[in-house]
Amino acid sequence: MSLMADDVKKIAYLARLGIDEQDVGSYAQDLSNMLELMTQMSGLNTDGVEPMAHPMDQVQRLRIDAVTETNQRDHFQQIAPQVEAGLYLVPKVIE
Amino acid sequence: MYKKTIADLAKGLRSGEFSSVELTNTYLDRIKKYSALNAYITVTEDAALQNAAAADARLAAGDASLLTGIPIAQKDIFCTLGVKTTCGSKMLDNFIAPYNATVVEKLNAAGAVMLGKVNMDEFAMGSSNETSFYGAVHNPWGVNTVPGGSSGGSAAAVAAGLAVCATGTDTGGSIRQPAAFCGITGLKPTYGRVSRYGMIAYASSLDQGGPMTRSAEDAAILLQAMAGFDPKDSTSVDLPVPDYSASLANSLKGLKIGLPKEFFGDGLNSEIAAVIENAVNEYKKLGAEVKEISMPNLKLAIPAYYVIAPAECSANLSRFDGVRFGHRCENPVDLNDLYIRSRGEGFGKEVKRRILMGTYALSAGYYDAYYIKAQKVRRLISEDFKNALAEVDVIMGPVAPSTAFGIGEKIGNPIEMYLSDIYTIAINLAGVPAMSVPAGFVNGLPVGLQIIGNYFAEDRLLNIAHQYQLVTDWHQQTPKGFE
Repeated sequence: MSLMADDVKKIAYLARLGIDEQDVGSYAQDLSNMLELMTQMSGLNTDGVEPMAHPMDQVQRLRIDAVTETNQRDHFQQIAPQVEAGLYLVPKVIE
Repeated sequence: MYKKTIADLAKGLRSGEFSSVELTNTYLDRIKKYSALNAYITVTEDAALQNAAAADARLAAGDASLLTGIPIAQKDIFCTLGVKTTCGSKMLDNFIAPYNATVVEKLNAAGAVMLGKVNMDEFAMGSSNETSFYGAVHNPWGVNTVPGGSSGGSAAAVAAGLAVCATGTDTGGSIRQPAAFCGITGLKPTYGRVSRYGMIAYASSLDQGGPMTRSAEDAAILLQAMAGFDPKDSTSVDLPVPDYSASLANSLKGLKIGLPKEFFGDGLNSEIAAVIENAVNEYKKLGAEVKEISMPNLKLAIPAYYVIAPAECSANLSRFDGVRFGHRCENPVDLNDLYIRSRGEGFGKEVKRRILMGTYALSAGYYDAYYIKAQKVRRLISEDFKNALAEVDVIMGPVAPSTAFGIGEKIGNPIEMYLSDIYTIAINLAGVPAMSVPAGFVNGLPVGLQIIGNYFAEDRLLNIAHQYQLVTDWHQQTPKGFE
């Protein structure tokens, strides 16, 4: 399975990831090489094998539904690129 | 002084031979003197000296742990309150963490003195430290060779005596491979043993922090302070932490060592194979029994990893969007432009490659073929470990197929770079603990022996490594030119 330049551009858009036009070809080549490596897995029969998402098959721990965090908005917003009146600013989304 | 271990220095601090302020100054001077190694991204000189003075007060008051007053380097993946935390990326070049990682909190509470934040591959993605936005780190053992990665700054700093010990993280070999390349001791604990809170995530089901030190005895001391249940990490495991130093002296008589034949195949450099064989013979002298075993699915570890890790990375790194923190592009025209350009400018090439791979593997139509398939292969690899570790106590083999390679040698060929983690990656997929222990040299460059144990058997691994270090002096060798 190999990927073309258009595939790479589509994936990059899905990831909202800017890539330089001149690098598109080398990404297509690198990803195709990785996919080729992955075809090794198709030789292994995995019928009936449960997919493993966690090394100890542990499930997410639950906790009591109580407030444990304090409001640190001002503290956290000190490192934000742009804030105003406690809000994060981004370019206008709705005209 | 810079060749001493935590255990030695703790004695000196108590006997009054030197103070923590003196010790800290020694290391700060060395960091400046050998800055060409590029091991540190940020040096926190003023805070280090203040904390050293506080440590001296604690020592005088008799309220000290073994780490009190010991200068340590933190990998720049651990968030440090008020100190820049870059993760080796332009994306976080302006990021001052608003909180401490649990590991940082614990080490601060123990009285360890942070010297600064050490270099690493960008977002821990790399095996040579060359993907860092802050430039490559040099291996103190060889001019123009890589220190390994991603914890390359940690390994180079400890090897060159620019810190007594360091923290590292290991997703596919990032503690063990640089430890091997730089001739130090490194331990990747069982998944869940050390808190991941405040440790910037790469692949969350694989990432694990651990100690990088000059000896197994030091690794036991450092792990003791790092390990333990943390309610702030949803995958932290709630099990008591044993006294890692208490079992170091145990005899190895009757220890069953398994050597997987898949670790000693064609891809392994024959001189490295000879070093590993010598190490295994040393264990036989200590009373161990050796058995050849087979782990047939190990060969699929690299393909499975390069689906699972990029998939998790693409999800984790979606948080870097230029809105709440990190790099933001100039004059975005709309929200999409803000995301695309901020991320495009902030991430380097290897990080982009893995985000693209992961996005593709998780996209509609390919999810089952790649992601689910890789997770099934992961289960079979993990069963290989369970079966092997039911038969033997530990598994031994090489850490890496070669010694440290040259800067620039593999960076242009990603697949070749990925293959340098061929012996370490399967361990992360299974989640078991493993160590790298200095076992010899090939052409003047260090070689690491890998020791792999059962879940939560860190105490056993440390014991096995320590007993070897009592009868060998590979771990005491230091690179020339750093006196």
